[in-house]
Formats: sequence, C-alpha cells, structure tokens
Amino acid sequence: MHKLWASTYKEFLLLTRDIGGIAILFVMPLVLIITITLIQDSTFKSVTDSQIPILVVDNDQGNVSEIILNGLSESGSFQVITESEETTARDLVFKGKYQLAIIIPENLSSSLSKKVTQNVDGIIAKFGLEEPNETQEIGKIKSKQVILYFDPATQLTFKSSVKNGIDKMISKIETQSIYKAFQEQISDDPNDVIFETDTFITFKEVLPTDEDKEMIPNSVQHNVPAWTLFAIFFIIVPLSINIVKEKSQGTFVRLRTNPVSYATVLGGKTIIYLVVCLIQFVLMLLIGIYVFPAIGLPTLDVSGRIPLLFVVATFAGLAAIGLGLLLGTIAKTQEQSAPFGATFVVILAALGGVWVPVFVMPKVMQTLSHISPMNWGLNAFYDVFLRNGSFIDILPEISLLLLFFIATTLIAIIYNEKKNAV
Amino acid sequence: MIDIQHISKKYKGADNFSVTNLDLSISEKEIFGLLGPNGAGKTTLISILCSLIKPTSGTFSIAGLTYQKNKNQLKQIIGIVPQEYALYPSLTAFENLKYFGSMYGLKGKNLNTKINSALEHLGLLAFAHKKIDTFSGGMKRRINLIGSVLHNPKVLFLDEPTVGVDVQSKNVIIAFLQDLNKNGTTIIYTSHHLNEAETFCTRVAIIDHGKLVVKGKPQELITQHPGANNLEDVFINITGKALRDHA
Repeated sequence: MHKLWASTYKEFLLLTRDIGGIAILFVMPLVLIITITLIQDSTFKSVTDSQIPILVVDNDQGNVSEIILNGLSESGSFQVITESEETTARDLVFKGKYQLAIIIPENLSSSLSKKVTQNVDGIIAKFGLEEPNETQEIGKIKSKQVILYFDPATQLTFKSSVKNGIDKMISKIETQSIYKAFQEQISDDPNDVIFETDTFITFKEVLPTDEDKEMIPNSVQHNVPAWTLFAIFFIIVPLSINIVKEKSQGTFVRLRTNPVSYATVLGGKTIIYLVVCLIQFVLMLLIGIYVFPAIGLPTLDVSGRIPLLFVVATFAGLAAIGLGLLLGTIAKTQEQSAPFGATFVVILAALGGVWVPVFVMPKVMQTLSHISPMNWGLNAFYDVFLRNGSFIDILPEISLLLLFFIATTLIAIIYNEKKNAV
Repeated sequence: MIDIQHISKKYKGADNFSVTNLDLSISEKEIFGLLGPNGAGKTTLISILCSLIKPTSGTFSIAGLTYQKNKNQLKQIIGIVPQEYALYPSLTAFENLKYFGSMYGLKGKNLNTKINSALEHLGLLAFAHKKIDTFSGGMKRRINLIGSVLHNPKVLFLDEPTVGVDVQSKNVIIAFLQDLNKNGTTIIYTSHHLNEAETFCTRVAIIDHGKLVVKGKPQELITQHPGANNLEDVFINITGKALRDHA
C-alpha cells in the first residue's frame, strides 16, 4: 500500500510540474467541447431557426406558386430570393453561391386546377350527380415537375429535409385544390363550408418525464456527453507518453530492479489519471451549465443526475486509462504511442457513435460499434442525460467499461512480465 | 556471494554471443571490477545479474538466492546504478530519492534521515530541493548512486558509475563506495577507467568478445604480464590495440 501511495504521489508531482501539459490536458477538452457544440448547434439551427437564402424561379406566376412562395417565407427557414432565369439560378447554385434553387414550372396553377376539376367532375359524374361536361373531354393533362437544384456540397440531411418540406407543401396544395373543386361543384355559395380543410390527423411527440417535468433534449444534452467522452478517452495519449518516457529516461529500468510490481507502478498512474479524467469531467459540466448559456447555447441540465453522471465518468475514465496503460506498455517510442493513441481514439469515437448515430451505420459497423468502449460510455451517458435512466439502466454499460479496464490492464501486466521475464 | 555458472547470452538477431559460457565467483565484501573494451559483454553480464535480461543459458545465484525462486528477496538485497541517469528530471533530488527509497519499503523519518545523510556524504545536501534537470552530469551521477543504496544493499552493481564526471565528483563517488564496502556491501562495477579500477578494486576480470580472459588481483595481473607497469598495460596486452567499433 505504501508503494502504491508513493507511486501515486510521484505521478502527482510529475503531472503538476508540467504546467504546459496540465493546461493542454484541461483546457483543450474545454475548447473542443465549446467549439463542437457551437458548430453542431449552428448546424441544427441552419435547418430550423436561422434563415438560409434560396433562389426561386417562378415561371407559373399563379396562385399555386404564390402559396409555395408564401409557405417558404412563412416557414422561417428560408430567405426567398426571386430569380427570373432557370439557367442563372442553376449556375449560381452549382457554383456554391446558394444552397438551393426551386424552379416552379409554367402554368402549374392552371394545369393543377384543370386536372383537379377534371378528376372531381369525373367522380361526380360517376355518382350520377351531374352530366359529363366539356372538362372530361380535354383529355389527359400532362403532369408538372418542380425542379430543385442543390449545391453539390450540401449535406444529405439538409437535402432530404428540404425535399420532405416541399413535398409536404405540394401535397397540401393538391389536397386543398381538390376540396375546393368539390366545394365549387356541390355548392354555388362560396361561403358555404362543406369540407374542413384543417388537418385531421396530427402527431404529438411524448418526451420522457422526470418528476412530471418533461425532459426536452437539446443540442447541448446530446453534445456534452459525446464530446466529454471523447475528451476523457484522449487521456490515453498523455498516459501512454508518460509510460514511454519512463522507459526512455531510464527510470523504468531502475524500477524493474526494485522490489515493486508493475501492477503497483500502473496503479499509481491509474489513480492520478482517473482524478484528471474526473476533473476534466467536472470542468466540462461547469462549461455546459455556466458558459453555454452565456454564449447563446442551451444550458446543460444535470439536475438530479450528478451522482450517476460521475459513476459513468469514472468507469469511462477507467476504460480509457486501461487502454492508455496497454498502449504505453507496448509502445517503444513517443512517435509510436502519440499518433496511434490519437488516431485510435478518433476511430473508437466514430465506431462508438460520437460522429454519426450508430443506427444509421452499415450493419457491419453497427456490430463493430458494440465492441467500442466509447459506445458503452455514450449509451450510459445518454441513459442518464436523455432517457432518465437509473443505476440499474447503466449497470450493463459500466460493467463492460470496468471489464475493459481490467482486461487491458491485465494484458499490459502480462505483456510486461513476458517481455521482461528472467 | 555471487556464483555464476556457464552463463551465455545471444541477443535476438545477433550473429554472435555477447557472453559465452562464463563462469565466475565473487566473494562477500569484494570490490570486483569487470573490465573490457566496448562491446565485450560487461553491461550484458551486469544486466543478467540484475534481472534486466534473461540469459540464453547458464545459471547464477546471489547470496544463495535465484530470480526464479526468490525474486522479491533478491531484489531487496541488490542495488543497481545504471549507466544512464535513471532519474525523473522534473522532480527534485529529494523527491527522486524518496520515491526510489519507498520502492524498497522505506518510509518516514528513517528514509528522510538516510537520504539527507547520503546527500551530505556526497556533497549534495544544499541541492536536495533543486530539480534534477538543473544538475550537472557529476551531480546526477551522485544522485543516481544514492538512489540505489538507500536500502543498504548487500550487493551493489555499478555500470560505469564515474563516466563523464570531473575528478572531484569521481573521488567523492569512489570514497562513498569504499565506505559502503567497509560497511559490508559487495561491489561489482564496470569501468573503462583502468587506473581507477587498479586502486579501487580488490579483484578484476577482463572480458573480451563475451569470454572471461583473465581474472585476479590488479597487482598480481601486473606482475604476471612482463613489461606491464599498470593495469592499462595488462589490458592492452590482452585485448590488443585495434578499435572495437561495432553497431
């Protein structure tokens, strides 16, 4: 126990003597989490809150195009700029000046009106309410196409969101036109309301509640756990460098001749670096609670969750430390450990669902993500932050994180024993 | 005290053995010098005796103990002063020594007293709380030495303990080692300073190409080699004048 304490104290001294290293260890994760959350939040807003300038070429100049233009303006998402030529609009979008151009075809309003009237007349005639009239004799009306041009650099999520929105708007116009045509055929009084055009089926999102209070997730609640975990796992870089340094400066050789086990040496490092992880975690929570609101981001809500969050952070920290101990034990130089550590963390983060949600990954990657400790940690954090989970809910994930720590540390000890067996 | 039997060592990928079928016995309280040109196998032999590397074949025991059976006991009674400075540069001399002393189970007042006494003995007490990275080479060598003797080892291995130090530091180190020896510590040391070995060692062995060529008391070896006035003459006589550069 005395040797473990001495090793821990030595690690503490080594860490505190490197002020630059400490600054990087604590400040960089904070810079990372602020930067990423600001970017992610603004991306989120670009689809919902802030206005994106788009081009519209209105070749119709009728009531349908008027409804489309009003719908786009009223959505609050777009700043509509009218352009007269399709080719100009297309070129501007393809050069990246605008993200989107909507080309409304000629005679859209009149064609839609004729088509709907033709259909309605046909239906009414079938019921024998009216004699077939001229409209049925017009013949087949050619369908119309609204053309969309997207900047090739536009992200797929934005494209599909815009396409869905326009599709919904057009469907609504068609439906309302049909209602209107029926109304005109059945009643001569334009004020007589036969059909309710309001949406009959609506949907409501039911959110998890905590003590009857609805938990509304926001970009901060999503981002802080993900990027906190990412920062915690980056501990493997300085930790592995610390071990490699011991080898290169000769102190490890001395320790190998001392009556002290490698487990004790690693134990001292584990304790100190776990404390570092937890301090990083506290700082990141404080940033989420106090700094984010000051820079226009939603506040991180940790009410009633702090003990469970610390449990997750502790076990995630242990898993990261286990990996750092193993990497430091195997690596021979800092040139091996630092780039490998940094790249490996990014791979684990990608597999774990930090960049892209696991459910949208290909099947193979989804399977692989289940063996990423970052995925276990992220799920445990989401359980606490977003799903109002209890200790029982996070038990599977934290057990896996603990097992990962035990396994990696044991491999490091066995590898060291084998390599230095006498 | 130390009984080495048929020790051989061949590194992975090497063409030749670094140590070949070496037999050697070193008695208690001896100051034994392992001498030889670069690449002769001195450091390899010391590394084997300190459990840093595994011999390819052969056995050895120290005070009747072996690493296979009594690893922790054996580590508790030996000390090693490595050729490189095995110290934490950002820690002070006192912090380094306290840590390495703790690894031998020493603690509290007893450890502090031992550290201060050794620092005083080697003229470093005034620098106890200065960081190692501000020390000169000679000062680092002395701290390196103290870190290996705080637990009063029965056997002390030193790999070129006076390399790169000034005469003053060298004299202090040698005097300190002689004191340790008087108090019962057996010393095995390697050096290229043959004059130093001649006066310091009770016995020496000259190793070349991994083989033990000759051993005995320095004066006896000088007498046995006609025309030799000192140990350096004996050394040149045995190992030749050719350069021993190798990669």
